[in-house]
Amino acid sequence: MNPEAIRDKVAIVGMGCCKFGENWDKDPQDMIVEAAYEAYADAGIENPQKQIEAVFCGAQYPSKGTAEVADALKLYDRPVSMVVNYCATGTDAFRYGVFAVASGMYDTVLVVGFDKPKDRGVSGPSVAVTGVRGLPATPAGWFSHVAARYFDTYGAGREDLARIAVKNHHNGTLAPKSMLKREITVEDALNARVISWPFGLYDCAAQSDGAAAAIITRRELARGYRDDFVLVRGIGISLSADPKEDPSFDFLRWKPTEAAAKQVYLQAGITNPKKEIHVAQVHDCFTLTELLAYEDLGFCEKGSAKEHIQSGTFELTGELPVNTDGGLKTFGHPTGATGVRMIYENYKQLQGKAEKRQVKNATVGLSHNIGGAPQACGVCIVAMP
Amino acid sequence: MVGITSFGAYIPYLRLSLAAASGGKRTEGGPEKAVANYDEDALTLAVAAGIDCLRGIDRKTVDGVLFASTSYAFKEKQGAAIVAKALDLRRDVLTADVGDSLRAGTNALRAAMDSVKAGSAKSVLVVIGDTRMAAPRSALEGNLGDAGVAFLIGDVDVAASVTATHAVADEIIDVWRTEGDPFVHSWEDRFVVDHGYRANVKEVVAGLLTKQGLAPKDFAKLVLFGPDKRSHGALARELKFDPTAQLQDALFGRVGNCGAAFAPLQLAAALEDAKAGDKLLLVNYGDGADAFVIEVGSGIEKLRDRRAVRWYLKRRGEIPTYDMYLRFRQLLATEHDRRAGAGLSATKHFRDRDYEVSLLAQKCRNCGQVQYPHQRVCFGCYAKDEFDHVRLSDQIGSLKSFTFDNFAGSPNPPLVATVTDILGARLYIQMTDANPKEVKLDLPVEMTFRKIHDAGGTPNYYWKCTPVR
Repeated sequence: MNPEAIRDKVAIVGMGCCKFGENWDKDPQDMIVEAAYEAYADAGIENPQKQIEAVFCGAQYPSKGTAEVADALKLYDRPVSMVVNYCATGTDAFRYGVFAVASGMYDTVLVVGFDKPKDRGVSGPSVAVTGVRGLPATPAGWFSHVAARYFDTYGAGREDLARIAVKNHHNGTLAPKSMLKREITVEDALNARVISWPFGLYDCAAQSDGAAAAIITRRELARGYRDDFVLVRGIGISLSADPKEDPSFDFLRWKPTEAAAKQVYLQAGITNPKKEIHVAQVHDCFTLTELLAYEDLGFCEKGSAKEHIQSGTFELTGELPVNTDGGLKTFGHPTGATGVRMIYENYKQLQGKAEKRQVKNATVGLSHNIGGAPQACGVCIVAMP
Repeated sequence: MVGITSFGAYIPYLRLSLAAASGGKRTEGGPEKAVANYDEDALTLAVAAGIDCLRGIDRKTVDGVLFASTSYAFKEKQGAAIVAKALDLRRDVLTADVGDSLRAGTNALRAAMDSVKAGSAKSVLVVIGDTRMAAPRSALEGNLGDAGVAFLIGDVDVAASVTATHAVADEIIDVWRTEGDPFVHSWEDRFVVDHGYRANVKEVVAGLLTKQGLAPKDFAKLVLFGPDKRSHGALARELKFDPTAQLQDALFGRVGNCGAAFAPLQLAAALEDAKAGDKLLLVNYGDGADAFVIEVGSGIEKLRDRRAVRWYLKRRGEIPTYDMYLRFRQLLATEHDRRAGAGLSATKHFRDRDYEVSLLAQKCRNCGQVQYPHQRVCFGCYAKDEFDHVRLSDQIGSLKSFTFDNFAGSPNPPLVATVTDILGARLYIQMTDANPKEVKLDLPVEMTFRKIHDAGGTPNYYWKCTPVR
């Protein structure tokens, strides 16, 4: 691998994100149009038919595949591809777009992440059982498997998780496009009904509908669109074994995060993530997922997340604010859109356009997704030039 | 001499208070019956008894399996073949199901002895399981219980020889169940007891004792089927056996009448206490009667590690409500029909049955890593196709992790999902027969064959873990 192959070569010049939520009155194409046209306007693109040369889409539950995006935007007669990679789907679609631009093949590319899980008639993910070995497929049931041993080894507990939920609920109230806008207390979180131990209702992300879009171009062409463009400093994906089958798994970390972070820090030349990253959006499908991300991304030592949660390191006013827009927890989690939505938030933060949730002097932002069993992780670092 | 070379039993963990079942309040230590958990059925009880029976015995030495039940789920598809696969027996094993009668268990024992005598097999496993249901709140309901029992029949290293047998066949409408009807029915009990039970048992016992020149005083124990406690004791007296000293406890009010497994389960209990030289008279009833003279030999001492009846009687938990019992038996409508869905892919099941039914893992010949489910490339050293099979179903595992899932949908939430380490392999597997309070990291667990769901309208079996007790 050449770690410098794409460093700072691709610029984000426009981004859009529809309001996330239980969008009963919107179909996927409505949300795709809202996100893409906001991105067009942001980039000053007046003639997408002419200016968008290729499209990379990401969706975990697409009903129509690539046609969903092409039909919505009438972007025909050009490459339109779709990526599926668990919760890293949005980040991976963005990554393909970055490579397509960095290769010199296309000048301007549209990336769209979207999902519409709320048409399935169930609250939360659908519980499908296939075969006899597969337990009912509940992500809470999967992600909770690290809890008992992590708690036992490092002395953390449900209160530490509750503080993450409280933080993300607070941040969500400051993000206009978030799904949930309600402050909660540690007691609210601890007293909520248990979904899958140790996760109570407030430890679980809000599954929602949504779409987010990005317009990317080569750095040399970026000024043609805007002055405050944001560069892609590194992006990577990593897949690990299903942690429930991996004989070497220790239930204290998520291996794919560690592996993806290593790749991306190498690309971005980052050696001290806690100092060199100024704002981060990490995958908080469950509060414990966010806690492990602090450690697995190197924001703090393994086992020390608890202290940092208590001291407020990752709060909006802390040393390294995490999930400034409320995260999956309150902004919402339309699987394929989430990775692109995180890049949208970092883009706004670096441009200084994050309004009430603005982090001071942020010039480097990280986004992180982990999904599946979990076994897939995507990490993306964006930075001001 | 042909006889019993090993035995084992299985009584489900759950008990239902008979007082609660009949609409009253449960009383501490009051009468109860053993009930299959929602994930158990006649076949899984038989497999569990088979595991107890084959403890310490090379499974490859078993030549045949006879599975006896009146309540087995399939009308067409053999249970014995599933049992053989679940127990990881040889491929060239003889299999047959025996059913339709309360005598199915003793019929199977007799057939097994005959095949050993005839020389067509050296060692035949008889597994018996029943989960008969009577209509909710009916008089019969409190009488029935669920259990499994197993015997290995052979003529080498015999622990208890079967020295004589006698049988009578009878046509009488006493108890019956027709296809499609989930419930057992019975004619008026005094008629059934007098003209069915008493008449046939007296005839078969008289026939056997006369033929052998034996008298009641020659027997240490009478192991007797009984439709209820009163007629069971009364008939023993009528047969000139001492109901206190000689009559084997039939476990009324503790297990209940477990159908084809009932008299055989009592035989297992009698063998637990028997000593060399004891003579046992086994008498079973159903569409006639069977009687066996069993002479216990010194080989019985080698079978003292069987869990059999005593251990399983002690291992118990109560089903908290009668409604829960009805839900477990699918007698109450629920939001999710457990029979819904397309069911298993038969082709996928075909490919996966070594590890899903026999619970075989792979051990890498190169690095020794045990892994599950089946891989082509080793997790440990990346060697390709360098594996030997290793059976996990009779190994003790330990919990690497667990969660209590309230979202997953279970007849008895929360669903306890675990990652269990067995010999270094990791199994993502449910826990059953456990109270969430006893679940903790590194808890030792054993494997138990269970019905995972009824998707497609058929029982779909796999393994779960349960705390070692």
